[in-house]
Amino acid sequence: MGDLITMDDLTNKEITNLLDNAECLLPVANGEVHLPLLEGKVLANMFFENSTRTRMSFETAMKRLGGSVLNFSSAGSSVAKGETLYDTMQMIEGYADVVAIRHPRQGAAQYSADAITIPVLNAGDGAGNHPTQTLLDLFTIREAHGTLEGLNVVLVGDLRYGRTVHSLSHALVRFGATLTLVSPGSLRMPTEIVSDLPSGGAEVNETVDLTGAIAEADVIYMTRIQKERFPDEDEYAKVAGIYMLTASDLAGAKEGMIIMHPLPRVNEIHPSVDATRHARYFQQAFNGVVARMALLCKCLGVKVPKKVK
Amino acid sequence: MSEMRRVTAICNGTVVDHIPAGNAIQVLRMLRLDIGRSNPISMVMNVPSAKLGRKDVLKIEDRELSQEELDRLALIAPAASISIIRNYGVAEKMQVDLGDELVNIARCSFWNCITQNSREPLPHKLRIVSVEPLEIRCSYCGRRQDMDEIVENVL
Repeated sequence: MGDLITMDDLTNKEITNLLDNAECLLPVANGEVHLPLLEGKVLANMFFENSTRTRMSFETAMKRLGGSVLNFSSAGSSVAKGETLYDTMQMIEGYADVVAIRHPRQGAAQYSADAITIPVLNAGDGAGNHPTQTLLDLFTIREAHGTLEGLNVVLVGDLRYGRTVHSLSHALVRFGATLTLVSPGSLRMPTEIVSDLPSGGAEVNETVDLTGAIAEADVIYMTRIQKERFPDEDEYAKVAGIYMLTASDLAGAKEGMIIMHPLPRVNEIHPSVDATRHARYFQQAFNGVVARMALLCKCLGVKVPKKVK
Repeated sequence: MSEMRRVTAICNGTVVDHIPAGNAIQVLRMLRLDIGRSNPISMVMNVPSAKLGRKDVLKIEDRELSQEELDRLALIAPAASISIIRNYGVAEKMQVDLGDELVNIARCSFWNCITQNSREPLPHKLRIVSVEPLEIRCSYCGRRQDMDEIVENVL
């Protein structure tokens, strides 16, 4: 494997292998075991847009495996002086072995992959894709339920601009999940993404009602309504705060149902949910480290030992 | 009267036949022949056709279109047949070919695509996802492009 731009770049078998490897690497991510598999390798963290978890978990993943990291942010760099993405990537190819890129423009990751020969990992392009988030989401779901198949997954909130749910829904249908898409009309999942979904044979339902979807859910995946993605502030005001989950909403939920969120949250999940057995979003954020460790090993051609001691 | 006799035969140039009725102007736009060109062009629209029911025909004088130019037509006139005319005779017959990807034919219409920065040097690429029905997406951002947008954004 070279680049990871969308989940189409991975087969189901490759995804399963990555999740298996991620599981093996848990003691390394926890800091219990020192395993410098990526010693001498350099990751360039190219973040043209703000990030906390993705950038830091990429950095932690690389460092826990003995590699090093170049951190780039567009503010104050040559990009601020008008450098093209093409030129920036040409430069970074000389400095690093692998690139993680986040960019406000959609298609920037594929464009970068076409521009250079070292592996490019899409860490989020505009409202497009976020496949490394999908890997950690799948890892979190499998960790809780033991499988990815046959689950009822409810995706909630900004399904139009939310790139995490675009990549995740695509992957879930490939593993036979039933999807319930909960959003206001103005934030429905784009038609080109929804029309691709049934081809995997999965059942996909769309609704505006979150409450009615809770009882049957195995996973509720909340997302933030992203103010920064709206071209128009009035449109944002109409839908801000439309879905808010509190502990009392979960009384009828299945015992093993988990609540996930790519974070940061604003008010979609009330802090009262944090103490329930359902809350899984902080564990999910930690899982970003193991998922990205497994991915970095794969794209750099480094084998992960089955037993890590 | 046969549709080919509605305008005079040309001595040298290109005849584009079997354009779906009403699309001749779009074809001119796709070929970038609608502005700033001095070649005489004859256009016949909505004439009867055994193959299409109704069709448009273009005769472009003193210009032999290249295969690359002609492939631009595949989007709006997939059944077009092309004759290169030399000295009033058909010297070559050509077909259009849609291929898998349209490279530097039109830019992506999505306002937030990376290719909207005109200084980015890589080629504009649109991927043919399916032919029937026709579905075209930007190779970089993945957004679907409709035919009007493609004609509007032709390079």
